[in-house]
Amino acid sequence: MSATKPKVAFYWCASCGGCEESIVDLAEDILKVVEAVDIVFWPVALDFKKKDVEAMEDGSIAVCFINGAVRLSEQEEMVKLLRKKSQLVVAHGSCSHLGGIPGLGNFWNKETIFRRVYQTTPSTDNPDGTVPLEKTEVDGKKLTLPSFYDTVYALNQVIDVDYYLPGCAPPRDLILNAVQAILEGKLPPKGAVLSPNKSLCDDCDRNETKPEKLAIKEIKRPWEVEIDPEKCFLDQGIICMGPATRTGCGERCIEANMPCRGCFGPTDQVYDQGAKFLSAFASILDTTDEKEIEKIVETIIDPAGTFYRFSLPTSILRRRRMEAIK
Amino acid sequence: MGNEAFEPKLVGFLCNWCSYTGADLAGTARMTYAPNLRIIRVMCSGRVDPQFVLKAFKEGADGVLISGCHPGDCHYQEGNYKALRRHRLLSKMLEQLGIERERFRLEWVSAAEGAKFQQVCNEFSEQIKKLGPLGLNGGKNERNET
Repeated sequence: MSATKPKVAFYWCASCGGCEESIVDLAEDILKVVEAVDIVFWPVALDFKKKDVEAMEDGSIAVCFINGAVRLSEQEEMVKLLRKKSQLVVAHGSCSHLGGIPGLGNFWNKETIFRRVYQTTPSTDNPDGTVPLEKTEVDGKKLTLPSFYDTVYALNQVIDVDYYLPGCAPPRDLILNAVQAILEGKLPPKGAVLSPNKSLCDDCDRNETKPEKLAIKEIKRPWEVEIDPEKCFLDQGIICMGPATRTGCGERCIEANMPCRGCFGPTDQVYDQGAKFLSAFASILDTTDEKEIEKIVETIIDPAGTFYRFSLPTSILRRRRMEAIK
Repeated sequence: MGNEAFEPKLVGFLCNWCSYTGADLAGTARMTYAPNLRIIRVMCSGRVDPQFVLKAFKEGADGVLISGCHPGDCHYQEGNYKALRRHRLLSKMLEQLGIERERFRLEWVSAAEGAKFQQVCNEFSEQIKKLGPLGLNGGKNERNET
């Protein structure tokens, strides 16, 4: 190991493991990365412990990639530690960038999530009603678990974040570009999302099929129709988050004939992705009749969950109001 | 807390052409009405971005009013219809986020309807007084877990 190689760390919080996979999926390109850097911490692949990180000098890690949202005290503790040890922190993937799918937990709180998971799901068999406790005693020994928060947080709500790699999971070209930019010191201004700042529709192949004025009267869910693989999803009445979502993903979903779900988050000009999409979507509904509008709105089953699928914790309201949770 | 003491903070987005002029008329005609509404003039009810409404709630509004020209009267042809569609969809989304539908109101007030503006202000204030404070508090209570 040469002393001049920059040190890199990877960490995961509330995530599915897909972002770790996105690193492994660099395939042979990861060898180039490994050649250029020393990986000093990567729990999913290498056996380093927290104490190894604690022993490092502050600021000695050149860059730390953190994926996953923050939902446990342990995750908060680890990202704060890694922040101290790292010169740059990159939020890797939607959960870390926006809150992501785990962020949908913000429609609930700890109590209701525990009740559902440990008591009321049809597959739960838990007659004693056992739930995880932060402190418990077994054979005279005290055991502890991290505490579970009521709210899920994006990484930048817990620590200072330098850059964001968007996506669920981030595509390989964006990761490689980011790594290269860091190695060469050609970084954009702090706080940048490392993907082009325009909407997905700008790059979408189906843009040409979009009529001059989108106007829809009926909302359809993907399973209800045979989706035309050439035609704009919105023109087919299918909710597609493209207009309110940043591009750079390579249109993986669109090419698989599925509408955009919004994992790249909004462009820099937009603060709240869901609200902005709602605004655009409501304006293409093709009716001025109050009753008809209400009927169409009724067919949009879960607007908050759909429009904020990846971004609830970083939306303006961030979560369902605690007082409204029963 | 007794709700008698509670004075709701209401934010109103009023269109330049009808509702703001209607509110002006209520003023020049010296009509008295509940003082809870903080008015923001916009060119058209169709200009009201849903982000504005969310931000108002987040920053401490207990209720938000959008008011524009009557259907068919929009200065820009159909801005008020856009406002109507956004209002219905956003109301549904707000409910999912724990904000009652009653807190978000859409009203048509023409430039000649000072009296209707007075009535809307009074009704809305009364309604929100009954509902009580929303309590989002500018997000100050958000991180009390650590």
